[in-house]
Amino acid sequence: MPTFWLIIILLALSVAGFLLGRHRALATADGDIRALHSLPSYYGVNVAMWAGVPSLALLASWLLLQPMLIETRVVKSIPESMFAETGSLNLLMSDVRRLAEGLDLAEERGLLSNDQINALDLESSNLRVELGTIGVALGSEILPEVLSAAQSYRGFSKTGHLAMVVACLGLAGAGFVYALLQTQKDLRARNLVERGAMALLVLAASLAILTTVGIVLSMLFETVNFFGLHAWSDFFFGTTWAPNFRGDSELSILPLLWGTLYISAIALLVAVPVGLFAAIYLSEYASPAVRTLAKPLLEILAGIPTIVYGLFALLTVGPMLLRFFGQGENGLLGLDWMSGATSVLTAGFVMGIMLIPFVSSLSDDIINAVPQTMRDGSLGLGATKSETIRQVVLPAALPGIVGAILLAASRAIGETMIVVMGAGAIAKFSGNPFESMTTITTRIVSQLTGDTDFASPETLVAFALGLSLFVLTLGLNVLALIIVRKYREQYD
Amino acid sequence: MNMMDKTMVTKTVKIAANNVNVHYADSHAIKDVSVGIEANAVTAFIGPSGCGKSTFLRCLNRMNDTIDVCRVTGEILLDEEDIYDRRVDPVQLRAKVGMVFQKPNPFPKSIYDNVAYGPRIHGLARNKAELDEIVENSLRRGAIWEEVKDRLDAPGTGLSGGQQQRLCIARAIATEPEVLLMDEPCSALDPIATAQVEELIDELRGNFTVVIVTHSMQQAARVSQKTAFFHLGNLVEYEATGQIFTNPQDPRTESYITGRIG
Repeated sequence: MPTFWLIIILLALSVAGFLLGRHRALATADGDIRALHSLPSYYGVNVAMWAGVPSLALLASWLLLQPMLIETRVVKSIPESMFAETGSLNLLMSDVRRLAEGLDLAEERGLLSNDQINALDLESSNLRVELGTIGVALGSEILPEVLSAAQSYRGFSKTGHLAMVVACLGLAGAGFVYALLQTQKDLRARNLVERGAMALLVLAASLAILTTVGIVLSMLFETVNFFGLHAWSDFFFGTTWAPNFRGDSELSILPLLWGTLYISAIALLVAVPVGLFAAIYLSEYASPAVRTLAKPLLEILAGIPTIVYGLFALLTVGPMLLRFFGQGENGLLGLDWMSGATSVLTAGFVMGIMLIPFVSSLSDDIINAVPQTMRDGSLGLGATKSETIRQVVLPAALPGIVGAILLAASRAIGETMIVVMGAGAIAKFSGNPFESMTTITTRIVSQLTGDTDFASPETLVAFALGLSLFVLTLGLNVLALIIVRKYREQYD
Repeated sequence: MNMMDKTMVTKTVKIAANNVNVHYADSHAIKDVSVGIEANAVTAFIGPSGCGKSTFLRCLNRMNDTIDVCRVTGEILLDEEDIYDRRVDPVQLRAKVGMVFQKPNPFPKSIYDNVAYGPRIHGLARNKAELDEIVENSLRRGAIWEEVKDRLDAPGTGLSGGQQQRLCIARAIATEPEVLLMDEPCSALDPIATAQVEELIDELRGNFTVVIVTHSMQQAARVSQKTAFFHLGNLVEYEATGQIFTNPQDPRTESYITGRIG
């Protein structure tokens, strides 16, 4: 039975449980709703929950775990001489999976029967050609070990699937019957459903957390692989980023980190004053009419996809800066500081524009949170509005604003599209903002696009870079949260 | 000094309000109020919630200017000069007419900087020594010097509620205003802190003209020489405090002080 139908059956069982549960509850109360502990639908939901939730959860975890278990079993059956290292084992296993899928398809189309497949051997038939006729393309000649592995893979899969169907239906049926037998007018169905609802919410929350943990772990494993192939001292303390495929790459994060921080610093230099002043204007000076109009307009900036900002950098800002600071005698200022449109300044400037609504909307909230009594106190002493803002409102809001800026900084550090398009690709240490430089995110993109070999340090370095970036932005976010939280305590 | 003696005191008029009307958008908050506030005396505004007494108080230093929808008509004379005249700078005016608010609102700065805030803005001190002197004098007159003299660098927000309110009074005094407006200065304080602040208000009378808005009739009776009773935006009765509390002329005043309305 295909998994799809299994899910449908489980859901149908739940619906049936709902109807039957409600009916039974009403029957035990002789049709009088007032005699029931809970509303009738609660009894229905209770039965539906018992029938559907555990079985669907079992199904989900089974689907996740079965391939892993089968794979470890199959790997054991492959002789060790076939794979020297982990990289080629992965390749071998993907061959096995592809062949197994091809055989499944062959059985489905009626090309081969199940028994024929299990009796297959490579001498008597040309399996590769046969599978080719039904559209399954296999890369290389099939090795006998791969065939036998694929056969046992199919065997395990079939048994596993059958076991899964039986287990899920059994569990659903058992839950269904149990809950239905429990149903009578005094059952506290309402409280049970309440607990079920809480469990659902807990599940959602833990899924989000578990996913994060999963992402970090997967990065961590690849990073460990990378440090197995490449010296960590070069990664953290080297000075050159020069990947090549001869095997003597220098892969140091430092030049990339420098580019990242430099561009982020310029972005913040643009975004913080503009964003902060905009926030001050909106929260302190603007009339309600202006505010209701201007705030959403400013926040539209935050909704622009970053790739559009990238285009803006590439096509508008870069050439404009070049006209000002480059082209020698032909330029507007007659300077020759800039040689191409991509530069730290281009990327930083555009990224700054992207961050303006980020800074302004957070700062606006924080400035609004400063109690009106503070302003009154200062105005009542004969201070002007701007004196009040400078000396009372901003100092009171400062921790929160610092938090907002740190959040913007972590956003800047992780930004990718703008720097891919606006910053260039040369990794170097330089203080000149008119030069091209590159960032961690850009290098991750370039190391992972195109033909990649996941066994070489040049590719795996992307994961080490990603993890470093993650740690960096996580640190900034935590710092920002601590500061913002501390600030909140001050007035509540 | 018992209540009846207070009626004997006669003083010059510091603030004269003539036919003042205040509108908030559509609502008419203050209706044709005329009142003369005497110099070097404590004048109390009493009345039920929403009667306009705080609104009227905030007219006296043009704090209502900061509210967009608020419109003030009529004339308010401070030392015979109309404070709503075009030539008057509301910012300068507020330095002359200081204000203490309902809830203590020290700035998130040190105690010293809180008091030095006004003098610094208005350039009242030529050097650090003079500023130190102003701060000390203000804190002394705010009756809080002894409690904070050893920790002037500590944040003002760390003081207790009563101390914070006295700090705010000291802060208002530091700009050397002529008039001190107090908007329910004790409503957020416990009885002991209230007693301290009331005692302070009585002392301030020597140097300042004090106008206090209060919900507590006992407080009005204790600290003020003259009392104005507001009701629904009208000034119902304005008399010597002793007169108001012992022999009110208007039946509404009598109802209020005997607890029948309010």
